[in-house]
Amino acid sequence: MSDTLILAAGDASEHRTLIISLFSVFVVATLGITIWAGRQTKDAADFYAGGRQFSSFQNGLAVSGDYMSAASFLGIAGIIALKGYDGFLYSIGFLVAWLVALLLVAEPLRNSGRYTMGDVLAYRMRQRPVRTAAGASTIVVSIFYLLAQMAGAGVLVSLLLGITSDAGKIAIVALVGVLMIVYVTIGGMKGTTWVQMVKAVLLIAGTVLITFLILWKYDFNISDLLGSAAKNSGHGSSFLEPGLKYGITDTSKLDFISLGIALVLGTAGLPHILIRFYTVPTAKAARKSVNWAIGIIGAFYLMTIVLGFGAAALLSQKEITDSNPAGNTAAPLAAMEVGGGGDSTGGAILLAVISAVAFATILAVVAGLTLASSSSFAHDIYANVIRKGQATEKEEVRAARIATVLIGAVAIVLGAFARDINVAGLVALAFAVAASANLPTILYSLFWKRFTTQGALWSIYGGLISSVVLVLFSPVVSGKETSMFKNADFYWFPLENPGLISIPLGFLLGWLGSLLSKEEPDKEKYAELEVRSLTGYGAH
Amino acid sequence: MDTAPPDQQRPQHDPPYVQVQSSGEFGELRHAHRSFAFPLTAAFVSWYLLYVLLSSYAGGFMGTKVVGNINVALVFGLAQFLTTFLIAWWYARHAATKLDPRSQAIRSRLEGEA
Repeated sequence: MSDTLILAAGDASEHRTLIISLFSVFVVATLGITIWAGRQTKDAADFYAGGRQFSSFQNGLAVSGDYMSAASFLGIAGIIALKGYDGFLYSIGFLVAWLVALLLVAEPLRNSGRYTMGDVLAYRMRQRPVRTAAGASTIVVSIFYLLAQMAGAGVLVSLLLGITSDAGKIAIVALVGVLMIVYVTIGGMKGTTWVQMVKAVLLIAGTVLITFLILWKYDFNISDLLGSAAKNSGHGSSFLEPGLKYGITDTSKLDFISLGIALVLGTAGLPHILIRFYTVPTAKAARKSVNWAIGIIGAFYLMTIVLGFGAAALLSQKEITDSNPAGNTAAPLAAMEVGGGGDSTGGAILLAVISAVAFATILAVVAGLTLASSSSFAHDIYANVIRKGQATEKEEVRAARIATVLIGAVAIVLGAFARDINVAGLVALAFAVAASANLPTILYSLFWKRFTTQGALWSIYGGLISSVVLVLFSPVVSGKETSMFKNADFYWFPLENPGLISIPLGFLLGWLGSLLSKEEPDKEKYAELEVRSLTGYGAH
Repeated sequence: MDTAPPDQQRPQHDPPYVQVQSSGEFGELRHAHRSFAFPLTAAFVSWYLLYVLLSSYAGGFMGTKVVGNINVALVFGLAQFLTTFLIAWWYARHAATKLDPRSQAIRSRLEGEA
């Protein structure tokens, strides 16, 4: 059976034609939108913030589009399909995390910032050092996240188009990279926002369809679906209980907690999500867009549970792991199976539709990430550090476009590596870095009057360096069968997710750095930030 | 106004932020936000951590069947979805009634003075 699956996906040329045509339609449509948006992009506020004229529903949709990445769609379904209940933690953490953004971050950020996360981090502080730190952490977080999306792209391609040669995979990754560079350089935030909206609608529609078909097969009886998943997985009822992936040893239990903390605290520190709040006119609209996003994303994650358990019920574990050891292709395979299997027209069409949706997802998220990092490079590092605030808007936007090309190139190169790692796990690392380096400084800046420049720098660099170093020496990178470098072994940090150590460290260093600071906190600047962030006075 | 400020979007005269910050009216706004958002954040993070810890260390309890194949773990997870939706709705209501009128009043006055 597994042979037929791979053959079906690899050989039948009509699948390939269908997938490529569907995907081409998406690319042509979004390129059209991008060119249209590019014509309307005149000044820096257009390029960075889409002119700040999107409605809260539009932005809610775009936020969902930016957030529901390949990790959510392919990764979570894959982990649930292979490890059962433990994959559910991702869905829950990714959703609950939005409350931190809603209650503490979205509105004050919209009120007091202009284009980037760095605007808020550096508001009360000495500009150059804090802007540099904010730019560095924005770029590192975005690149971790990009890596996950690119890994997803490579995996999909080998499944769907039957391209197994390295050159072929790299060509596809390069194509994704080039498209995203075009979207961002031409369309700016306006174009990217529309691409996110289109993608969010497609992703939701595709997920609703597959969820419906899976539930239909089980007469809408969730208990039956779960029962078949448990039985078919070979794990029995333990498949429906926590512990299959993380409950084995004391270390893996700690890893579960570490992951849980990183997920819930990461969202409100993700730069590509934060800059979305600048695309609406007011803080109230930012709040409403988060509420829309919570509704849309929540509904989507509920459906990923059905996708994951559905894949486990419909496919054998071997079929899933033969296609991709980390389970990243479980959702498209389930779509094919529920449509009638690999030899049927229905199966071929559903596989094509879901794969095109997954491609669209990857492309849109990658564009959002690139925009966030190039904005931060241009606005925080180039304009405020290198040019000391003397650059014109035109020069700043030009710098952003150049940075887009460079970051795109880096993403393409990195995309050639990570492949057999579960993409949800990779994204969880980006969340850990964001929660360690960005969230403490955002919260201290907004709410703690004694916070100083030194505190901000200790917190950003401390959180950033500790989380990245711990990942580097974790089993994610070396020492295990599933590691990025299988043949090397230099790991000493036992957990796959560094959050348990690096997040408290980020908070601790921010506090300690401020207390040990020689300079007094700038009381007037804090008054200005607090008044503006809570009232919206003087908001851009 | 004699000279245009470098950034046209900025208010022409900065209001006395320190004075505004220490005013009773602003104090009320800050209190209305913090007294709602801080305890609620502590509550939902604890509630979520309880779920994570039970999943790690109380497998037997989480595996208890409730109806058919639906166990405590699944119900607990779905409850997290439910509380997230409820808190989002509750905060939106609180903000509309307790925060927006206060911040609007302060902002209007500052804009009138500028």
